[in-house]
Amino acid sequence: MNWVNALVQGILLGGIFAMAASGLSLMFGVMRIANLAHGDLMILGGYVAAACATYFGVPVWLTAVVSTVALGALGFAVQRLLLDRAMRVGEFTPLMVTFGLSVIIPNALTQMFSNDAVPLGIGALGTASIDLAPGLAIGWFPLLTLVASVFVLTGLHLFLYRTQYGRITRATSDDSRTVRLIGVDNRRVYALTTVIALGTVALAGTLYTMRQGGVTPFEGQLTVLFAFETVIIGGLGSLWGTLAGGVALGIAQSVGAQLSPDLPLLAGHVVFLLVLVFRPQGLFGKGVTA
Amino acid sequence: MNVSVSRGGRAAVLGVGGFALIVVVLAALPYLVESSVTGQLVKLCYLITLATMWNLLAGYAGMISVGQQAYLGLGAYVLFIVNDHGFDVYTGTIVVSVVVGLVAWPVSYLAFRLRGGYFAVGTWVIAEVVRLVVIRFDALGAARGRNLSTITEDPVLRRAYTYWLAVVVMAAAVAGTYLVLRSRVGLDLQAIRDDEVAASSLGVRVTRGKRLIYVLSAAGCAAAGAVICVSSLGVASPTQIFGVQYSALMIFMVIIGGVGTIEGPIIGAVAYFLLDKYFSQSGVWYLVIIGAAAIVVSLYLPRGLWGLVSRHGRYAVFPVAHRVLSN
Repeated sequence: MNWVNALVQGILLGGIFAMAASGLSLMFGVMRIANLAHGDLMILGGYVAAACATYFGVPVWLTAVVSTVALGALGFAVQRLLLDRAMRVGEFTPLMVTFGLSVIIPNALTQMFSNDAVPLGIGALGTASIDLAPGLAIGWFPLLTLVASVFVLTGLHLFLYRTQYGRITRATSDDSRTVRLIGVDNRRVYALTTVIALGTVALAGTLYTMRQGGVTPFEGQLTVLFAFETVIIGGLGSLWGTLAGGVALGIAQSVGAQLSPDLPLLAGHVVFLLVLVFRPQGLFGKGVTA
Repeated sequence: MNVSVSRGGRAAVLGVGGFALIVVVLAALPYLVESSVTGQLVKLCYLITLATMWNLLAGYAGMISVGQQAYLGLGAYVLFIVNDHGFDVYTGTIVVSVVVGLVAWPVSYLAFRLRGGYFAVGTWVIAEVVRLVVIRFDALGAARGRNLSTITEDPVLRRAYTYWLAVVVMAAAVAGTYLVLRSRVGLDLQAIRDDEVAASSLGVRVTRGKRLIYVLSAAGCAAAGAVICVSSLGVASPTQIFGVQYSALMIFMVIIGGVGTIEGPIIGAVAYFLLDKYFSQSGVWYLVIIGAAAIVVSLYLPRGLWGLVSRHGRYAVFPVAHRVLSN
């Protein structure tokens, strides 16, 4: 039953990875930007939520909204002030800029909040669970995060495939110059993409923080790897692949933890490397490698 | 009109001669100045080595790595093994470079599955895997780090030897990079960097060239790791030596100095060395400013400080480019 439990917990954990990874996948798909600061922005989202609750007494459910909106606005600023220019300067400049952000964010957070965790408690919801069998329980909150991530991914899918803006975004991803020729301002598409990416990753960061009960500044160095691994395992350019990738990574980590408490990270990385060796296009990839 | 192809000519002789002179002066320093000075220069030497190696990857083969700390850390840990088996730490450093280069060769097959930004993160994951595997060995100190088992007893001699090791590694890294880039492979590499697809269509063996550079860069980073290990008599914590902050450091130095030139990383390393010496006490804000400086320079000064000095590549101390002149 322990193994079934590990499997179930892994699936639930995967929801957060998938939500965090969707924005990464979107930014890469539309702008070919691999956002090295994605994990740190996720943690920044967690900090916004935790700080709102701890210092300003904002109700916990509302912190998720505040964090999503704040990081969405930050996304607009980052795109307009830094990334638009970086994309014009050179192929690798956006990578360097996001790497710079990934140095700035955790150190600035340390300076402001110290290395100690800022708590974000969710009260009884954190421990409530549905008992399915002896030794097998599904926590309400992890279940909620999985449902939320399915919602986010569905929302993104509907946006990309059912709305005019989504069609323009996909067209920009395919050929930004031609889209500009027919009168679309690339910069607006890029700004919207980054706003969505940072908004969703802030939500993921908030849920991650709630799940952990708090957040520390340098966790982004781990979560950025999880997000990238999720995208590669699932396959580039496929949102449902991203969900599958998150779940696969979640299962690898929780089964690894079941084997030995010091193994979850290594197990996750090894699954990622195995996918690279045997199926570089990812589980649901369309035959295109990164 | 007569044209000829030049590659530096007199400037090249002056540059290489100047560099040799600097190395000779550096080598003589333990007889001339106090050990506190050479102690600091050890740091400058390994910074130059690391920056040069990262630039070799990014500036000449178009591979942005965030995972060179894998080889840096391995360099330190292989030095423990080599040292335990009776090599002294100085000649052991050569063994370490070779061994780590041999490790990097199969690893490149894995890393090269990814491109661009995903390559960057892939190398980071590989570095994490190396760290997580290394700390599973008790003989290597597990998660606690460990000390070198045998090293020169006499402190004065030890400091001098450590310093010479650092100077030799730095000189070998810079001179090696220069020689590789002036060779046939170097020409291939610069073609790959400028346009991989076009180079490939002209018969340049792209992957072979990139793999060679990847292995060389790993060997160089390992030597730098060995120098770091010798200068601190061991590894205080595996998390530190395998930490991504080393990548941040390398990227910062190369961007500030100027990517894709041999001179740039050296200037970047000196700039970082001075910044670190005078501002590292100012705490965490200092790192925030380092990150911000990297962003500003890569956006507004993409050729770095050396780009300003050389007037966009018109002057070079280490000329590797061919230039067509009309007589």
